[in-house]
Amino acid sequence: MRVARHSFYEATARKRIDGLLDAGSFREFCGPAARIVSPHLPALGMPVAFDDGVVVGEGTIDGRPVLVAAQEGGFMGGAVGEVHGAKITGLLERALDVKPDAAILLLDTGGVRLHEANAGLVAMGEIQRAALSARHAGVPVIVAIGGKNGCYGGMSIVARSCDWIVASEEGRLSISGPEVIETVEGIEEFDAQDRALVWRTMGAKHRRLIGEIDALVADDVEAFRTAILGFVGRPRPLDLDALEAEHEMLSRRLERFWDCADGRDVWARLGVNDPASVPALDAAGFNGLVDALSGGRP
Amino acid sequence: MSGAIERVLADLFGDGHGVVRDGGTLTGVARFDGRTVTVVGTADRAVIGADVALKLARAVLDAMRDEPGRPILVIVDNAGHRLSRRDELMANNGCIAHLTRCLDAARRRGHRVIGLVHDLAVSGGFMATGLSTDLCFALPGSEVRVMAPAAMARVTKIPLERLEELSAANPVLGPGVENFIRVGGLEGVWDGDLKARFREALSRPLDGADMRRSLGESRGGRTVAARIAAKVRAGASS
Repeated sequence: MRVARHSFYEATARKRIDGLLDAGSFREFCGPAARIVSPHLPALGMPVAFDDGVVVGEGTIDGRPVLVAAQEGGFMGGAVGEVHGAKITGLLERALDVKPDAAILLLDTGGVRLHEANAGLVAMGEIQRAALSARHAGVPVIVAIGGKNGCYGGMSIVARSCDWIVASEEGRLSISGPEVIETVEGIEEFDAQDRALVWRTMGAKHRRLIGEIDALVADDVEAFRTAILGFVGRPRPLDLDALEAEHEMLSRRLERFWDCADGRDVWARLGVNDPASVPALDAAGFNGLVDALSGGRP
Repeated sequence: MSGAIERVLADLFGDGHGVVRDGGTLTGVARFDGRTVTVVGTADRAVIGADVALKLARAVLDAMRDEPGRPILVIVDNAGHRLSRRDELMANNGCIAHLTRCLDAARRRGHRVIGLVHDLAVSGGFMATGLSTDLCFALPGSEVRVMAPAAMARVTKIPLERLEELSAANPVLGPGVENFIRVGGLEGVWDGDLKARFREALSRPLDGADMRRSLGESRGGRTVAARIAAKVRAGASS
């Protein structure tokens, strides 16, 4: 079927959806033909997109019904504005009505769209609440990260409010962008040009090793599909015991690693024999290492 | 503004309350109208780091463990999340997400969760606190913003003067409590008798639905979000 690898990183939002869902199964809601654009960008002299940078709809994956949203990182860095946010919120609320086997969010975003900042920020609060409502209704919400923009700002909080996170080696998940930290706190705090540092601090391998994400895959749409499929129909508990367990996990992380200055120090303390070799490992080699350490989120 | 939050707490709960300040964080319990209230939050424009988020989350978890349905007052006063390499290394987003999930769980378990912005709330710091409440209010003279105007001008490459002009006309753009009220991100301003305001917020009937979009629509600050979310929810193709 699929012979060559199809890069998730390079693909557009629509191509990502095409690669994840069963052929011909996707039906888009409020698609480009409806021309639902940002009401705010024209006043700033900015171009609009007919989907406002996010594709939402439903389809099947391996025959199982799912809802899916995919941010288009090529439009304003996947940033969340009023329309963009409302589309994702509406999709997650639809999960309450149709009870799909999963809601899947393909995130590729720098966070709030500053050109409509207040609407974007409140929209992220709404997306998060809708995601948690879907979870409380028993619908697992699965996040995939592997695009050019990573997953930053408020959407990094949204991502960690969902059930499962799948990311490629290229994926980054953090609240602050490296440039923001450098601009505000100085280059001594964070050198944004040091790409290796960015990956050791915010990259998917570090996130997988400390238990922030659940699966690391190669940059391949089929690999994303396989990993996501493994989480379809599998909601995680969200009760008080689950929150206490999460609290224990996070508290222990801060106790163990708060004095670490670099990702390599964290990995060494986790028991990785050769921390310097981690960035160069391919996905299979890295997952072998994770299995050997038996880490992961509780 | 130092010390001012103590006056607010004294106005609400009298002098005998048990809310303890430790650095930038506030946690503890107080009595209000014969019942116990948990207070969590920050003061003096604190930055929300991973450690701060976990400390507040612990207090929210304790409230849920100690007394089902006990009201929770979230004091919101921050300069955003902490910008540091260490916090990012520890995944501050995961720690803040945990805090917000605890607040969300409390709401769904029948705790009335009220937010009160005192002085300042910035972006991720507002999402960590105020946006996870049932109802969030602001005290007079406080400010809510995503980014300071000068920085926003730099990032968007829109000249500051033009940006300020546009902000005055469009509540989605500029900083300010009034703008956040208009987009539905804040319920309103608490002025005058704080006890009466808090009492009203605790007794207001709520059904758990997220009212922020419809508020934004009726207040003319966020005019399309409610309609578009409803269309997508209905599965409309156009």
